[in-house]
Amino acid sequence: MAHKSIETKYYEERASFFEDLARMGALSRRGFLHVAGVSAGIAAAKGLIVPQSFQLIEIAQAAETATPGFTIAYISDTHLYTRKVNDRFVRSAVKAVEEVNALDPQPDFVLFGGDLAQLGRGEELDLGAQILKDLKAPLKMMVGEHDWFLDMGEHWRSLFGPSQYSFDHKGVHFVTLMSVQEKDFWTARGMTPEERMQTVAGLDNGIQSRFEVGPEGRQWLQNDLAAIDKKTPVVIFSHSPLYKYYRNWNFWTEDADEVQAILAKFDTVSVIHGHTHQLLVNRLGNISFYGLLSTAWPWPYAPEGLPKLTVQMNRADPFNAFDGCGDGQLNVLASGMIDKVYNLWNRNPVTVRANYLSSNGAKDRPPATTLASY
Amino acid sequence: MRLSHRLALAVSFVAGPALAGNDPPRHQLRSSAEGNLVVGLCDGETSLEVKGVKPGDQMTREQGQQIAAALMKEWRQKHPDAEWAVAAADSAAETQLPGVEAPAEKQFQSYGAFTERDRRIWQESTDRLVAEGKRIFHDAKALGGTNAISCDMCHPDASNTHPETYPKFQVQLGRVALLRDMINWCIENPVRGKPFADDDPRLKALEAYILAQRKGVALDYGKH
Repeated sequence: MAHKSIETKYYEERASFFEDLARMGALSRRGFLHVAGVSAGIAAAKGLIVPQSFQLIEIAQAAETATPGFTIAYISDTHLYTRKVNDRFVRSAVKAVEEVNALDPQPDFVLFGGDLAQLGRGEELDLGAQILKDLKAPLKMMVGEHDWFLDMGEHWRSLFGPSQYSFDHKGVHFVTLMSVQEKDFWTARGMTPEERMQTVAGLDNGIQSRFEVGPEGRQWLQNDLAAIDKKTPVVIFSHSPLYKYYRNWNFWTEDADEVQAILAKFDTVSVIHGHTHQLLVNRLGNISFYGLLSTAWPWPYAPEGLPKLTVQMNRADPFNAFDGCGDGQLNVLASGMIDKVYNLWNRNPVTVRANYLSSNGAKDRPPATTLASY
Repeated sequence: MRLSHRLALAVSFVAGPALAGNDPPRHQLRSSAEGNLVVGLCDGETSLEVKGVKPGDQMTREQGQQIAAALMKEWRQKHPDAEWAVAAADSAAETQLPGVEAPAEKQFQSYGAFTERDRRIWQESTDRLVAEGKRIFHDAKALGGTNAISCDMCHPDASNTHPETYPKFQVQLGRVALLRDMINWCIENPVRGKPFADDDPRLKALEAYILAQRKGVALDYGKH
């Protein structure tokens, strides 16, 4: 049997505990309180100090998502160097794969959210492909800027295929967009491919252009969606957020307005994006946006532009290499909307419900931040 | 009397990009065939051979003034369009508002008698240190790291470094820490390098950059 980390064992134990409780059918209001009491009692008996929110979130989730349509797991932003350069990011990626493989039942598929490599090198991408190969569930790949700007995606495409594609799954139409195009800032400056990559890799490097889907990508999206009925739930996978959060760090999609306009005709649209390395949600018109966690490091929240519906995750403990990082799941509901589980390593997971976003924050507010950003 | 004799020989260089970590530029003076004294202007180009004076000879004040004047004359000929700011003009009294009585003569002391030009030169020196800190902050090699991680990867624009909260009790260290203790902690751990000595110019530069990024934020030592 493969070695399991302490965290993995902890999550497995906890998951099976709550599954058992759910099976007991103890999910009426009275049962809910009973279960909360029982679990607190068990925690006390084990000598564990369990934060207040732990039991309540999990049980509420068990109650509402008793019949989820299906589940997708995600891993994102692994930023791999080669093992020789940096083994820590490699261990984090392996840990995420191990966790996803431990899910029972297995997700329908696993989304990789982009930035597999740190500097787009062939060896980095190959290493990533090798690690992700261990996943038991099918894998859907998305490209990030760190994978792209050394050779403009050549090696990535040779490993994983086209950077834009769509597919249908259990009544939901999925689209993966290449949303980290940048206008040419390198030719005029006489940059080498390595310099171009290094520039894009720096979040606070003002020289680079802003991310965009670009006119060709938007046309492709329009064509892809032309035959899709407006009642069909649509889920977009995109590395950049497809809205405008903070320009200086490229937490930003320059042609977000145009892309959102293409998505406006659908009743139910969710955007799942990478790049921002933090618990991040937004709602604009009919579209719910969910950011993904990174396995490599968390980004601080930007000094301005944070969507008002985002409840910040607690700031990371710098002394713990895994804190603020993680992976997670997308529970696709029968309605086609998504409950998003942020599986923060070394912390209680946080679930952001579709209801929370569609009610504009009135219902199902996630647990409050206790350690805000400075 | 106060400014009339200021000898404005110091010609500041045209402000160029901050060059990180270099020694100050040196003026390589031509040598005199007769072993005479050669005096250089601080533009790094102009120089003058003083006939009949050997290096180390005593000169009168008048001789010195002549040499300075000759050098400046040559510089002005080479730069006919240069804006030559005279220190005395920079410090001219502010425009007097109509209807406001002119204040009595201001206090004066040599300390603090600096001009706008001085202030700009000092600002540039400071900015140069900040720019050097920014360079190191973004460069895993300059940090002495061994795993290609640089500070900006977790702290873009030095965000979330909160220098204004130090000193504070750092629970994970079990003692009170300064900003530099945390810089060195990050260099040792995520960056996997060797901590900098307290007088290491790289540490000073990093502190300068991090503090500069939080300009205007109220000091709040001990904050958690």
